[in-house]
Amino acid sequence: MKKTENYMLLEIPSRSANESFSRSAVAAFAARLDPTMEELGDIKTAVSEAVTNCIVHAYPNEIGVIQIKCKILSGNVLDISIKDHGCGIEDLSKAMRPLYTTGSDERSGMGFTIMESFMTSLKVTSKVGKGTTVHMKRKIVDRGEKR
Amino acid sequence: MTSFVQGRRLTIALTGEIDHHRAAEVMQTIGQKIAEYLPKVCVLDFRDVTFMDSSGIAVVIRAHRRMHELDGTVLLRNIPPQPWKVLHAAGVERIAEVERSVPV
Ligand SMILES: Nc1ncnc2c1ncn2[C@@H]1O[C@H](COP(=O)(O)OP(=O)(O)O)[C@@H](O)[C@H]1O
Ligand SMILES: [Mg+2]
Repeated sequence: MKKTENYMLLEIPSRSANESFSRSAVAAFAARLDPTMEELGDIKTAVSEAVTNCIVHAYPNEIGVIQIKCKILSGNVLDISIKDHGCGIEDLSKAMRPLYTTGSDERSGMGFTIMESFMTSLKVTSKVGKGTTVHMKRKIVDRGEKR
Repeated sequence: MTSFVQGRRLTIALTGEIDHHRAAEVMQTIGQKIAEYLPKVCVLDFRDVTFMDSSGIAVVIRAHRRMHELDGTVLLRNIPPQPWKVLHAAGVERIAEVERSVPV
């Protein structure tokens, strides 16, 4: 088991104005791992995808609660979980396929594909009527600098 | 968002963070300008885009559809590294020409 060196809990209503805030908050939390611009960009993109999914898909007709939990684990690993209590996903493997979307043509169906390829690991659990949790980890390369 | 027209070429400068919160507004602006100028080429300039997620892919797809209806094309230019990674992951080169000249 990896040791948790730091953590943060963030709870926000599912308003689209919070997309920008939430990815910036996670980026600020990750800053002490001294990520590169590219690593930071990857993390912000993945968080933006997961939070947007809560706003658009989990709570389509209401404002619900989104919980974001971040940890820094020993070995320079950023651990993020993003949880909603929304509608849930019936067929997960179908939902995670590239280009698959139940959204309008404002969506591209690339959210899960981007989370998967930009992060070191991605795990999604979901239950219809109960909600969805997206759990992602990203190893930050240790550049050997003093902090 | 500013834009200019040279002959049948419409250039639109995208700005700021393109996410779901802003995508509808960006799509609408692009759609209006295309309808107004009926260009042959629609250039989307990404120089001042500071962040983009998959919502931006839908923006480019929408522009491509509009231009396709007019027998025209979309050209993406000056794409910074972060938006490029997202666009490339979606294989955007298949629906738009890409000119990448921004220093990393
Ligand atoms: N938090 C969520 N709650 C309910 N459904 C979700 C959630 N996240 C994703 N989905 C479902 O998975 C599909 C694919 O998601 P994604 O890859 O991000 O593409 P997009 O958001 O463009 O549709 C969505 O269209 C939706 O049906
Ligand atoms: Mg999505």
